[in-house]
Amino acid sequence: MGLFLTSIYISYSQNNQITSNVNDSTKTNMDAVYNRPFLNINKSPVAIGGYVEANTNYSTTDGINDGFHFQMRRFTLFFASSISNRIKFISEIEFEDGTKEINIENALVDIEFHPLLNLRSGILFNPIGAFNQNHDGPRWDFVDRPIVSTEIIPSTLSSVGMGLHGKYFAGRWIFAYEAYLTNGLSDKLISNELNRSSFAEAKHDEDRFESSFSGRPLMNGKIAIRNRKYGEIGISVLHGIYNKYLKDGTFIDQKRSASILALDFSTSVFNNHINIIGEFAKSYIDLPDNYLPNYGSQQFGFYTDISYTMLQKKIFNWENAKLNIGLRTDYVDFNLDKKPADNQKIGDYIWSFTPSIAFRPNGSTVLRLNYKHLRQTDFENNPASLTGILMFGLSSYF
Amino acid sequence: MKSNFTITCLCLFYIFTLFSCEKLFPEAPLADSVMDAPLDGLTELQNRIFLDGAEEFDEVYTQETGLGPIFVGASCASCHNADNRGTLSTILTRFGQIDSTGNKFMHLGGPQLQHFALPGYDVEKIPSGASSSKLIAPIISGTGFIELVPESDILAMSDPNDSNNDGISGTINWNQIPNWVKPNDNSITKDGKYICRFGRKAGTYNLHQQIVQAFNQDIGITTTFMPNNPINYLTGTNPAVDSDIDITDESLNATVFYTQVLQTPFQRNALDPEVIKGKEIFNSIQCSACHVEKLKTGFSVVDALSFKEFYPYSDLLLHDMGSELNDNYTEGSALTSEWRTAPLWGLGLAKDVQGGKYFLMHDGRARSIEEAILLHKGEGLNSSDKFKTLQDSEKNQLIKFLESL
Ligand code: HEC
Ligand code: HEC
Repeated sequence: MGLFLTSIYISYSQNNQITSNVNDSTKTNMDAVYNRPFLNINKSPVAIGGYVEANTNYSTTDGINDGFHFQMRRFTLFFASSISNRIKFISEIEFEDGTKEINIENALVDIEFHPLLNLRSGILFNPIGAFNQNHDGPRWDFVDRPIVSTEIIPSTLSSVGMGLHGKYFAGRWIFAYEAYLTNGLSDKLISNELNRSSFAEAKHDEDRFESSFSGRPLMNGKIAIRNRKYGEIGISVLHGIYNKYLKDGTFIDQKRSASILALDFSTSVFNNHINIIGEFAKSYIDLPDNYLPNYGSQQFGFYTDISYTMLQKKIFNWENAKLNIGLRTDYVDFNLDKKPADNQKIGDYIWSFTPSIAFRPNGSTVLRLNYKHLRQTDFENNPASLTGILMFGLSSYF
Repeated sequence: MKSNFTITCLCLFYIFTLFSCEKLFPEAPLADSVMDAPLDGLTELQNRIFLDGAEEFDEVYTQETGLGPIFVGASCASCHNADNRGTLSTILTRFGQIDSTGNKFMHLGGPQLQHFALPGYDVEKIPSGASSSKLIAPIISGTGFIELVPESDILAMSDPNDSNNDGISGTINWNQIPNWVKPNDNSITKDGKYICRFGRKAGTYNLHQQIVQAFNQDIGITTTFMPNNPINYLTGTNPAVDSDIDITDESLNATVFYTQVLQTPFQRNALDPEVIKGKEIFNSIQCSACHVEKLKTGFSVVDALSFKEFYPYSDLLLHDMGSELNDNYTEGSALTSEWRTAPLWGLGLAKDVQGGKYFLMHDGRARSIEEAILLHKGEGLNSSDKFKTLQDSEKNQLIKFLESL
């Protein structure tokens, strides 16, 4: 059988473990959809890939134990093909929590006119922050996704749309951009069971592959600069209308906008032994007056991962295996407003710290042990509720 | 080989430390510092209905599940945080008039102001000519016991003409009840009016009535008992009838059951000498004339509630609290300055659910226990005047006692 790992147009580097791929000369975080291992059968033009993520979960909140569980978080399949030299197709189907949620996360065609000018169309990952496009389980030493990248930036946000992307190389520097119009967010942003402004909820709209909830497109753009030695920094914005304001040509509400501004970075120091990555996001929501200040008109969050490669050598007969230790810090504030009663800052925020130990027998597989300590403060700033979660997980490309 | 062994040992050590370190898994708060648990002694079936009710109580309603279109809060729990007192963030407004002839503003969206609206809807405004009062959520825990106090006991505590000359004349709120409220057998009536006991003005007959109205007027959730959504007279449309009922009678009943079998707050540090001293002062300056320590339930089909003594520190009666607390709004036969004696249980735990500060009295205007006491005028004036004459150490003892409740 002629099964072999290929890298026709997809360069997959063994070093590319957690996202920081400082050594890779041509890739930025935005290239994550292509930057994966694919399997080609003989000379078939279609390549297949995918990954799985499973873990155990043992958590306790304020003394209430949630029991011990096995979780099959994700099973994802990629299909890619080169339709011609400069026309590529890639798709990704994700099964979350078994078959509870089945999503086409990504199904797009890229047509290259010039390295600086590619047309992308289909279902695409919105380029907002870096995690959204770069979320494959095996890349991370942590079982859970960063809180800011799921709550402020709804992960994984993919939408139907169209736009341009391109790259420019200048010596050690790479400059990249993406600019798309896609279908937008829904009014679940404020009409949801969380009783707060929530972008995570706003991505839910049954009809989002057929129509934009508000009738207006979502504007989304990102620029990133990468230095092959120092790392990468990206700035991205997303802006759109989230409510239905027009029905049968008649105004039924005023237009309400929602925006996210994100900054992401990744770098490696000490000869790639320490990787530091993270992202910051701030959101702005135009709320009906009566929702203020119970719902946040501005939200903010960040995460940083620091990961140190303690060992990189032959371990248990795996050549070039790695043992990493790391720490993730998460912070998300769902409501930056003040209480009118006493002009005090509203609570409604989360801190979380997750030490990790991860073993990578090869570049596409990770075994990770995480302990997550989460402190959640409510609207009124009452004493935080505390959660401790122990997770042991496996994630691998295949 | 050797290094593999070291690595394995290191990993095992890490795992072992994680598991052995108790601190990693946060401990439960002490049982006497929370009040959202079911009563001891419920059957397993009763526990199950309690948990169903707890889910309803915590459920955040949305447009799809029936919220609004105008409302005050999206869930019971948003106002009744941890089943203790609420805060100014979720304060609500009632409007009507100052006499006890019945609310004249029902056709204009009374008695409650829905000042939130789903996107695209207008919030309600207080109609001109109506007077209004603001209310924060009272403690919910233990209301099942309050519901079961026999009417004869409440009548016995009342003293409308102050025949004992103590300056305190606890009165009953005799109020009409909606036709969908089923009074208890042998309920005492006066001119077709019933003895009511729930709400800040004791205007509501029982928990079923309180909660049907809460679903409707607070959240915009319709039930078979109140099938119309709240009215917004500003929109100029007819009262919006909800074509389907938002929640079933089962869900409603579970919610009612949840409040009925919630545990009562526990007193903490009852044996602390300062607390004991404080309690003596509480009795000696006649706080206890209204804040009656101990009441007793009558018969209930729920064993755990039947014929039980409990300690709410309230007589469930109305008292004239003076002009400062006169909000020009009334319900039933309550005068505008009359309020139901606020139960004091759970008082010491209120701060931890009110954001570290107190919000006391019906509208949360008192920011400390002392402020609350000093707001006692009218029938409470004697008591609060006596409080003023206490030495600082005695005041502290009294407050320590109140905080132990
Ligand atoms: C907008 C805030 C708000 C919401 C939402 C709300 N409540 Fe209340 N609740 C109050 C206030 C304020 C009072 C006092 C009302 C009064 O004086 O009549 C009250 C009173 C009560 C009482 C009576 C307590 C007593 O001692 O008299 C009960 C029981 C209760 N609520 C249960 C509920 C339930 C169950 C729900 C959900 C269906 C609910 N509430 C929703 C604010 C709220
Ligand atoms: C005449 C009857 C009466 C007397 C005497 C009385 N109270 Fe009260 N108390 C009330 C009423 C009625 C309220 C509720 C007022 C309101 O809702 O605005 C109340 C409320 C309170 C509150 C606020 C509770 C809360 O949850 O908001 C405290 C604390 C309190 N009383 C303590 C005392 C103390 C201490 C004394 C003795 C110095 C005392 N009371 C004497 C009737 C009385």
